[in-house]
Amino acid sequence: MMFVPGNNPAMMQDAHIYGPDSIMLDLEDSVSMAEKDTARLLVHHALKSVDYGNTEMVVRINPLNTPYGKKDIEAVVKAGVHVIRMPKTETAEEVREVEREIERVEKELGCLGRTRIMAAIESALGVVNAYDIATASPRMMGIALGAEDYCANLKTQRSNDGDELRLARETIVVAARAAGIDALDTVYSNVNDMDTFRKEVEFIKTLGFDGKSIINPRQIDVVNEVFTPTQKDIDKARTIIAAIKEAEKKGSGVIAVNGKMVDKPVVTRAQRTIELAIASGAIKEEEI
Amino acid sequence: MKLNNAIAGTLESGDILVELSPSDTPGLTVNLESSVAYQFGDQIRNVIRETLEELGINDAIVDATDKGALDCTIRARVTAAAVRATGKDVWAD
Repeated sequence: MMFVPGNNPAMMQDAHIYGPDSIMLDLEDSVSMAEKDTARLLVHHALKSVDYGNTEMVVRINPLNTPYGKKDIEAVVKAGVHVIRMPKTETAEEVREVEREIERVEKELGCLGRTRIMAAIESALGVVNAYDIATASPRMMGIALGAEDYCANLKTQRSNDGDELRLARETIVVAARAAGIDALDTVYSNVNDMDTFRKEVEFIKTLGFDGKSIINPRQIDVVNEVFTPTQKDIDKARTIIAAIKEAEKKGSGVIAVNGKMVDKPVVTRAQRTIELAIASGAIKEEEI
Repeated sequence: MKLNNAIAGTLESGDILVELSPSDTPGLTVNLESSVAYQFGDQIRNVIRETLEELGINDAIVDATDKGALDCTIRARVTAAAVRATGKDVWAD
């Protein structure tokens, strides 16, 4: 998910060219108070007019307890945004408030249920309430960590090894998995330190995150390289899925591949490998 | 519709700076400065006029400095200037 400031027309119109899976147009922290009105209009008209292809379009709105949040929701829902990202989410009730506003606009448009919600968790209270937030609405499609505000709230600061984020990251992944939605990691702001960035992406993949927030197109390739399964993994996954299909035909529950027992968790992992391989373009869906 | 002077946009690449002011004479006067005026001047002026007319503004002077803005950016900037000039938002309060 690539962050793009909502007050920069040139960046907004070109962002999809670099091939991120999703683009988050930002109306919150990257836009000054004096330009909230113009950014909202830029984002609204860009969403309506620019052909972003298959890129998932997300807009980070201002909180509803500001004079901007409600208008942001109206503007982006009317423009057909796929996902609204809530900043600084601390409770399930905040999600339900946003849901009610979305519903109000969608009813007016006759497209009830179209817009999904992602919540950014950026405080200790948000981490404590992560599962409640993740399950607050059927519209919830993901929760994300916002590390800068979280560290400020925790009275610490970010380090390269990320020890201070470990509990929040693990809590968010577990909450997302329990809720059946996606978990997205925070940004890494130093675009000149690609080595540390790669280590961080590898680490959060190991924790179970579905993806990484990025702030520069240069970071896209690293995320894709880390998340794309190797050819060896893909071949193994294909063998397992072929074997399980064969076993299902024969009515057999448990099978062995290369002498190792294949049960449900192994099949689930193989399916996940294939999904990632398709999403990253390593293989085509029709090849399966 | 009563207008005050208002401005929206920037002079950055891909953007357009729109200044809206009241006019003593009826109609919309659009003064456009753009490096692509020869190829796209008429289209840019049309987008500015259409946007203002849709907002019910039929008498105004528009000074626009274009830096290669797409139509969607022009619409956004003209609408923002109009909202600031009239004090009437396009979104519900």
